[in-house]
Amino acid sequence: MIEVKNLTKFYGDKKAVDNISFKVNKGEILGFLGPNGAGKSTTMNILTGYISSSSGQVLINGTDILEEPTKAKKNIGYLPEIPPLYVDMTVSEYLNFMFDLKKCKQPRKSHIKDVCSLCKITDVENRIIKNLSKGYRQRVGLAQALIGNPPVLILDEPTVGLDPKQIIEIRTLIKKLGKGHTVILSSHILSEIQAVCDRIIIINKGVLAADGTADSISQNITNQHRITARIEGNTKTIADKPKIVETIKSIKGVKYVRADMEREKGIYDYDIESEQGIDIRRELNKICTEKNWNILMLQLSELTLEDIFLKITMGEGIVIPKDENNTDNNDNKVNHINLNKEDNNNNGGEK
Amino acid sequence: MGAIYRREIKSFFSSSIAYVFLTSFFLFSGYFFFAGTLLQATTDMSGMFGALFLIVVILIPVLTMKLLSEEKKQKTDQGLLTAPVSLWGIVLGKYFAALTLYTIGLCVTLVYAFILSYFGTVLWGMVISNFLSMFLLGSAFIAVGVFISSLTENQITSAVTSFLVLIVLYLIDQIAALINIDFIKNALMSLSFYTRYIEFTRGIFNLSSIVFYISVAFVFNFLTVRVFEKKRWS
Repeated sequence: MIEVKNLTKFYGDKKAVDNISFKVNKGEILGFLGPNGAGKSTTMNILTGYISSSSGQVLINGTDILEEPTKAKKNIGYLPEIPPLYVDMTVSEYLNFMFDLKKCKQPRKSHIKDVCSLCKITDVENRIIKNLSKGYRQRVGLAQALIGNPPVLILDEPTVGLDPKQIIEIRTLIKKLGKGHTVILSSHILSEIQAVCDRIIIINKGVLAADGTADSISQNITNQHRITARIEGNTKTIADKPKIVETIKSIKGVKYVRADMEREKGIYDYDIESEQGIDIRRELNKICTEKNWNILMLQLSELTLEDIFLKITMGEGIVIPKDENNTDNNDNKVNHINLNKEDNNNNGGEK
Repeated sequence: MGAIYRREIKSFFSSSIAYVFLTSFFLFSGYFFFAGTLLQATTDMSGMFGALFLIVVILIPVLTMKLLSEEKKQKTDQGLLTAPVSLWGIVLGKYFAALTLYTIGLCVTLVYAFILSYFGTVLWGMVISNFLSMFLLGSAFIAVGVFISSLTENQITSAVTSFLVLIVLYLIDQIAALINIDFIKNALMSLSFYTRYIEFTRGIFNLSSIVFYISVAFVFNFLTVRVFEKKRWS
């Protein structure tokens, strides 16, 4: 649906976007993450044909945005960072104008009515945009993008300025739209991206730093895998602690064990780090059973999207290579650490 | 182009611009009609048309000042440029909207001619020639105004700059007269809007002048399109 190949954009000497390539399939919701000035809006502006790239190619539905702009733009609904609203028009005048501008074929009245009710702006239809609040303006902007029902929706921070209830409504709407449309959206709110998007792209300093689901990115970001286990020893006192630590250390692949706080009386948590690609949970269970210890809790310490985002964008920033052999490891022999959601994580990017 | 044209026309009338423009135009043309034609007890309206040249120079920047500058300022150009319309469609939609409003103003001179025809014989050929000359002058000047409006984000800058440029075009004869070098003098004289305009008001129908005005309109609309194109690439 959308194909971006080696996109580069210079502003003078400054490289705003550096050799970005990705592909978005039909029915996929892609989240754009990145700190301010990372090149998110620039990339979106290039995708929609507002500015052109210095080099590289953008194909929308197989049409090059530079070579056949009118044809390609017909497929795109775009909500820029600042909604392009004519403040001297009423909402319905404006939507009618956009309807004409996009040369839509749908029955005018019913289509505009549908879009208005989708975005919940029916009650302000006859008001002048100048007098609307930020939240309503944002929704009119979204309505404008939906006019003509384009197959590709590009939304630059669609929930900015909305109150929490509206944010949830818009998110639900985007999720619903994602079933029939290809959606790219950017946001600063990480939980929003996580809630709505099937796939995440993190851009940092113009470079594509990560591409995949939140889970697949977090797997690739850490070299070691951590679990926290709460183990009850035989004596239920502090005396168990060194014994347990020693035993866990003897498991193959364990790099580091540390006893944590006393969580229940005489029972401690243990942070265990293992080498990449080695899942020690089964071994751990076996040993504990042998020694007659009880595992009361076993938790995978997982990176949240916040952790991932900060790790990638802090300081110089890092680039996560797309892990091609992820799927190969997905059998029991190798015991690839497949964090919490079992098997569907590994083929995250290929849904 | 149609959508943009209709929106601009609506926007002229929903803001004060259309009313300011039309009122001023009617006021000045009415005065010149009264002083130049009625008081002289003649049916020749050339005096009025001659005097209106300066009024057009002053009023056209009012029409064109916000056409593209305001789009840039409000970031609505992003909506236009990402919609399936060509750059020419955007520019010409705006251009013809301004030209339409200008022509509406101009039509009042035909009303004057009808009034005159009750009192005496009106040379309709002359009236048409005068009307056409004003129309062509406007179509060239509006293109200049639209172009200048595309260069800035500020309406006032756009208006003042357009006004200055149009004044220079108005005075080009006088500037040419100050220059001794024949080559430059002739070149400037051939660019004179005023000489060509006055020729028309005297009833001389010169094809080269028509081509001149239309070419100026085309060149400046073309330049406006290039400004948009350049912005995309920078």
